Amino acid sequence: MGEKRIIYMDHSATTYVKQEVLDAMIPYYAGHFGNPSSIYSIARDSKRAIDTARAQVATALGAEPDEIYFTSCGSESDNWAIKGIAYANRKKGNHIITSKIEHHAVIHPCEYLEKEGFVVTYLPVDKYGLVDPAELERAITDKTILVTIMYANNEIGTIEPIAELGAIARKHKIPFHTDAVQAIGHVPIDVKAQNIDLLSLSAHKFYGPKGVGVLYIKKGVKIDNLIHGGGQERRRRAGTENIAGIVGLGKAIELATADIEGHNRKIRALRDRLLKGILAKIPNAHLNGHMERRLPGNINISFEFIEGESMLLWLDDEGICASTGSACTSGSLEPSHVLLATGLPVEISHGSLRLTLGDVNTDADVDFVLGALPKVVTRLREMSPLYKGGKKGGCNVQ
Amino acid sequence: MYSDTVMDHFKNPRNVGEIENADGVGEVGNPTCGDIMNIYLKIENNVVTDAKFKTFGCGAAIASSSMATELVRGKTLEEAWALSNKAVAEALEGLPPIKMHCSVLAEEGIHKAINDYRKKQGLPLWEEKHPHSHDEDSGETCQH
Repeated sequence: MGEKRIIYMDHSATTYVKQEVLDAMIPYYAGHFGNPSSIYSIARDSKRAIDTARAQVATALGAEPDEIYFTSCGSESDNWAIKGIAYANRKKGNHIITSKIEHHAVIHPCEYLEKEGFVVTYLPVDKYGLVDPAELERAITDKTILVTIMYANNEIGTIEPIAELGAIARKHKIPFHTDAVQAIGHVPIDVKAQNIDLLSLSAHKFYGPKGVGVLYIKKGVKIDNLIHGGGQERRRRAGTENIAGIVGLGKAIELATADIEGHNRKIRALRDRLLKGILAKIPNAHLNGHMERRLPGNINISFEFIEGESMLLWLDDEGICASTGSACTSGSLEPSHVLLATGLPVEISHGSLRLTLGDVNTDADVDFVLGALPKVVTRLREMSPLYKGGKKGGCNVQ
Repeated sequence: MYSDTVMDHFKNPRNVGEIENADGVGEVGNPTCGDIMNIYLKIENNVVTDAKFKTFGCGAAIASSSMATELVRGKTLEEAWALSNKAVAEALEGLPPIKMHCSVLAEEGIHKAINDYRKKQGLPLWEEKHPHSHDEDSGETCQH
């Protein structure tokens, strides 16, 4: 039996580990396995490897190495930033500002803090998913102790005006955190120029390993610890370091930020051809997100009259890996909070498809998806009671 | 996450389509909840001689429609009415808990189509023994 062709277009979910990254990691599993906290030479090798990775991350972000803290993942970084700032500053105030389209790793810690007596403002977004800096300015009170707005949205790929938002927070002397998990390698980041006080990232979104992330904390920012224990990470984040993971993260961020514009050009060209092709071949399809202020590999399209999960199952049958904002894959019965926040009607949100292109994709992949996707949409529309040959059916949507 | 039988009925759905001049039609669900099921029945001498469906929904919703229409074909109206959502789910070799509401929708669709027929015939409507809420098996509910 021949191996089935797999077209991977879900790079925002995770990426494969690049060979150079893997090669850099391997020695730290069996050879240089020493605990960096120990004193002998193999431990010093581990310590040096972490220092190198820390410097690589600092260079990529325009930060100082001692502002970089390794964590276990993006969710930990977000949790640490939000809870750590909230608890360290609760005598100053209890108000947090975020947006309606954050990842759950930001929204759920905020909801948790609401139960603890904090007050959270969820800023609305426009139909493209953009946060308005003027709205942020209006939401700030003398009780505001944290602003956290994502750099780029994981579902619709919208890139937020981070430098402007950061400048407003800075003006009011409020710590500004950004979840940059989707942005690394796609957007040039300079934490100093962009007024960022805390930034979360995760290695597996830019061809590094899973299970390792970073929280950048600007010097002087007051923050409580999240993980208590040993004295690792300058006493701020306990736990024996995931050395191989950290080495991989360092190598991966170095590769990902070496030529951001060149890389984006290549991915954007593939993405744009795919997007144009889909919109030309499939009627009643709408692009979600912003046309230009968008991650280069991201496509998020809603197809009317059909539901996303059944689309994914058929695409999987064709060997195409994608994702959807439909309720049916989210573990709840509500569709994507991001699509709803942009004002997309609920029933159309159920029919959304996210394709995120990356380094594995080729022109042949684009052709393949352009061949398969219209057939899948047609097949599902033909069995949909909402579809009447392109016109809306008689279903009254409230 | 789905059983082989669910995937079979999803990929090769039986009885897709509408029946022209159907004797009974049942429309259930809500597009804002992500699923709508239309069931069409042809009924002769109190027997379901044909059953078809059109469904907007997830894999489980399509498979449940397919299985439910298969199960009621050739049945008397009393037998078709007695088809429970659990029987549909069992015939599909199980549904994930969060998808059980899809089988409830299929049962409701059949019931609605049968009562549509009875109404047209001037017969008294049959009453649901235990009116379903969509969340009874999954603990989840669609708020729309």
